[in-house]
Amino acid sequence: MIWDIALHKQLRHDHARFALDVCFASDAQRVVLHGPSGAGKTQTLRMIAGFTRADAGRAVVAGRVLCDSEARIALSPQQRRLAYVFQDYALFPHLTVRQNIAFATHQGWFNPGRHVEDPRAERWIEAFHLQPVAGHYPHQLSGGQRQRTALARALVTEPTALLLDEPFAALDKGLRERLRAELRGLLAELRLPMLLITHDDDDVRALAEHVVHLEAGRVVERPFELAEGAD
Amino acid sequence: MGEAWIALALTLKVAGWATAINLVLGIGIGYAMAHWRFPGRDLLDAVLTLPMVMPPTVLGYYLLVVIGSQGPLGAWLLHHFGIRLIFTWHAAVIAATVVAFPLVFKAARAAFEVVEPQLEDAARTLGISEWAVFMRVSLPLAWRGILAGLLLSFARALGEFGATLMVAGSIVGKTQTLSIAVYEAVQAGQDDTANFLVAVTSIACIAVLLGAGRLLPGRVAARA
Repeated sequence: MIWDIALHKQLRHDHARFALDVCFASDAQRVVLHGPSGAGKTQTLRMIAGFTRADAGRAVVAGRVLCDSEARIALSPQQRRLAYVFQDYALFPHLTVRQNIAFATHQGWFNPGRHVEDPRAERWIEAFHLQPVAGHYPHQLSGGQRQRTALARALVTEPTALLLDEPFAALDKGLRERLRAELRGLLAELRLPMLLITHDDDDVRALAEHVVHLEAGRVVERPFELAEGAD
Repeated sequence: MGEAWIALALTLKVAGWATAINLVLGIGIGYAMAHWRFPGRDLLDAVLTLPMVMPPTVLGYYLLVVIGSQGPLGAWLLHHFGIRLIFTWHAAVIAATVVAFPLVFKAARAAFEVVEPQLEDAARTLGISEWAVFMRVSLPLAWRGILAGLLLSFARALGEFGATLMVAGSIVGKTQTLSIAVYEAVQAGQDDTANFLVAVTSIACIAVLLGAGRLLPGRVAARA
């Protein structure tokens, strides 16, 4: 099992109670968590990443136990070695593209300088064709460039899996299709497991080997046409 | 006129120390309040803001009660270390610190609250320790707001009068800060001295306000 998730949490939002009960297991490399807004997809992803603690349950990804309430294990986000791409990319606005991507190469209290040259970062800047904008700041980038910067930044850490929160939501249709294809290629090349959350059916069709439908905090069965198997 | 320069030097020393202490306290407490929700947080915030609105002499009285030789802190210090705080420049620093603290605290808390939590989460997923997240993401992004608060706090500390007079008195060279010196000069009819002191103080305050104005949020928007 690459993905073994069984997480439970009671959420309180604006005086409304909401129970999140997400259980799924999969051997697929590309899993898509699909559901309408408010179904609990982002909350689930945040629990897997370690930003919020589940009330009970466990999450095992790519053979690593991230949390297990019975065994009293709960890795911090720093320890989980997962790449997380946020919906609006969460690029550090006070750092250039190069500094953003090289962020993880410095572990101390100081950010990489503007002229940092770390091979790990340079490799991804080249792979994603970001050289022309490497010295720019995030607010100067286009949507597609921001997404690639966020992805590069996350991949520098050599993560064990990739978590994506609606990565194409902010982009126009043509760009979406191109980036989906790029993502598929990248995942195949890196042999990296991926969990992507979305409300968009096209994302599911293009990327999923396994689809998990979430509605009102629970996994439901739904027939769906999927993409062809792994490349 | 020599007294005026002594008063200026002393005032800068007192205000400098008070601001340095508030830098640490204001940032630390501002960050904590911005990040952790706990019951009674709003009440604590109100209490920490109190020195800003309380009449300085009332504040001075409270300080006198606490750090005077009969007070809980004062008696403890006297008994264990032989230290007497009242009528020393240390007491002036304490008064200036307490009075100016809310200015840094509120500015720091507001500045940290504006930093998107996602940015801090992103840094965590990249394997960065909590302290490094604070130093590399939270602090740099909140820095302008904090600095504006620090400058205002420095200006406030420069001008502190009521609380300082209560706990530190008006001893030339030791505790007679600029604003107290102005008061004494006017009382003694020394107009030249008073004019000079007032001019110096006014220029200092205008300089500080101009500096703070350039750092407030409006400027950040223009850059972005």
